[in-house]
Amino acid sequence: MIRLVAKRAGIAVVTLWLLVSAVFCLVRFTGDPSTMMEGASDPQYAAALRQRWGLDRPYVVQYGLYLRNLAEGDFGSSFQKGLPVTTLYFQSLPTSLVLGFSAFLISLAVGVPLGIVSALKVNTAWDRVGTAFALTGLSIPNFVVGLVLIILFGVELNWLPVMGAGDGPFDWRHLVLPAFALGWYFSGNMVRVTRSSMLDVLRSDYVRLVRIKGVPEWVVLVKHALVNALIPIVTLAGLNLIIMVNVAVPIEVVFGRPGIGTLLFDGMMNRDFPLVQGVVLMIAIMVLILNLLTDFLYAWLDPRIRVG
Amino acid sequence: MADAVAVDNPPRRRLLPRLTSLPWIPLVFLSLLIVGAVFAPLIAPHRPLDPVAVTAAQCKAAYGQAFDGCYIKDDPPFFIAGSIAKTLLGTDYLGRDIFSRLLYGARISLFVSLVGTTFAGVLGTALGLIAGYMGPIWQQIIMRLTDAWLTLPPLIFAILLSTIRGPGIGNIVIILAVVFWCGYTRLVYAEVLSLRQRDFVLLAEINGVSRFRIMRRHLLPNVLNTVVVYFTLIVGVAIIIESILSFLGVGVPPPEPSWGLMIAQERDGLLEGKWWLVAWPGLAIMILVLSANMLGDWLRVRLDPHFQGP
Repeated sequence: MIRLVAKRAGIAVVTLWLLVSAVFCLVRFTGDPSTMMEGASDPQYAAALRQRWGLDRPYVVQYGLYLRNLAEGDFGSSFQKGLPVTTLYFQSLPTSLVLGFSAFLISLAVGVPLGIVSALKVNTAWDRVGTAFALTGLSIPNFVVGLVLIILFGVELNWLPVMGAGDGPFDWRHLVLPAFALGWYFSGNMVRVTRSSMLDVLRSDYVRLVRIKGVPEWVVLVKHALVNALIPIVTLAGLNLIIMVNVAVPIEVVFGRPGIGTLLFDGMMNRDFPLVQGVVLMIAIMVLILNLLTDFLYAWLDPRIRVG
Repeated sequence: MADAVAVDNPPRRRLLPRLTSLPWIPLVFLSLLIVGAVFAPLIAPHRPLDPVAVTAAQCKAAYGQAFDGCYIKDDPPFFIAGSIAKTLLGTDYLGRDIFSRLLYGARISLFVSLVGTTFAGVLGTALGLIAGYMGPIWQQIIMRLTDAWLTLPPLIFAILLSTIRGPGIGNIVIILAVVFWCGYTRLVYAEVLSLRQRDFVLLAEINGVSRFRIMRRHLLPNVLNTVVVYFTLIVGVAIIIESILSFLGVGVPPPEPSWGLMIAQERDGLLEGKWWLVAWPGLAIMILVLSANMLGDWLRVRLDPHFQGP
């Protein structure tokens, strides 16, 4: 187990280094961020900007400084807000996490039952309804769902507020609509994962054995099939949550929720290049850490992985 | 495994089951969209970038007086009471015909997503072949890079790149290619690892065929099925990413009629309850992506045994 942890951690470090290097190269070779700022047509101002961001130095020096700063936990400072990126990121994280978690619960509540029904009634009308629901959820951009919900519940029915986060991240009246708009997309994924893993389990030998022993069908389904079919969903929960926080950018923008997506969007609109780069790197690191933890969790749950 | 049985039937009985088992719904929708996009200048009733011309009487009905350069803003579709310009799907905030803009928007969405994912496919397939066949050094370099690339969520990556490059149709194509190559590489690489052990590759090696030629003549044709299936599955994602980038204002620049941009520009009218401003572009995106996904699912079952689910 220790060897596995060390090996995976080593790979993760290499991956991280490659990733930050790739971001560095892409940023340097695809365009000059200083030309994106307002007032960059003034050559003196542009030169000052380049000096401030260190873009006037040789690439090797830039790269060294960049790696050193990252190693020290310095992800740069927002040009516009004058605050370190990490501060801004952790300020926005709770709002995004609450949204992501609510959307995750919704996708579980909708997707898992549909997936189970699809698997039990495979190749029937039920199955087709489930699959169609999943495909539709995956096919509509989530900002369109968000806007439709705004028109329906915010403007026409006037039941729920549509802008901002209200009294903090937990204000449910501001949370319901964005969480549903985000959750639908992932419930489509849930239907697919639940359906295929449930089908696998139902065809396995131990379910056949339990059935042969004469256990009532509902006990087979709930105690033996479902519990096992849920393992991939539960182990991937953390990763799903992070992905959810990240694809929530358009949803947060549509509903004006002050989360990470809005932070990224603000940075983009203000051409605040250090902010965007810093937030993207923070996101990448979070995904990497969660990937690593998921690997360990799998290895801990399943001894076969530990050996292999 | 009903599919395999149908394929093994003698040729005479093959045509009819084949035709009836084709995915007609997505094929019809996709053909309509492609025809609409290609022949947009012929089909579109109005110009996509100019307001719909109105008569003095229509202008008077809308604003109480007639004046030069008059256009009807946010006009509902012809079937809704209160429509003045009587256009098919209504007009947008600058009085432009939404139906015509949708047709021209289909051009942009199809072009950007197809070209972007094709570039990604070419790049990713080439790298996957090299990583799988050219030896451990290439394998380590390319696959570690692929892992790093896969770590970033595509949307976040696209936002980073578009912040640097700014809006533009060409930029989105580049961004899609840069973001999506790694998925192809991973799939092709896994495929090549098993293919290179097979007899036909070993025989070619014994005969002294060059490595480049083996990759091109022996490996590439065998991974193409996987690549095509992945292509159809990723096109839907690419269309959604394009619409999101355009919606956020870093995709297709105005006044070009991109579907995502059309929705973004109508947010004010939307809050006044003018649903049709968002409904049509939203529906267009949904139909396009849904058709692409359904076609991809169908192809996946047909072409690729690896993907064959239960």
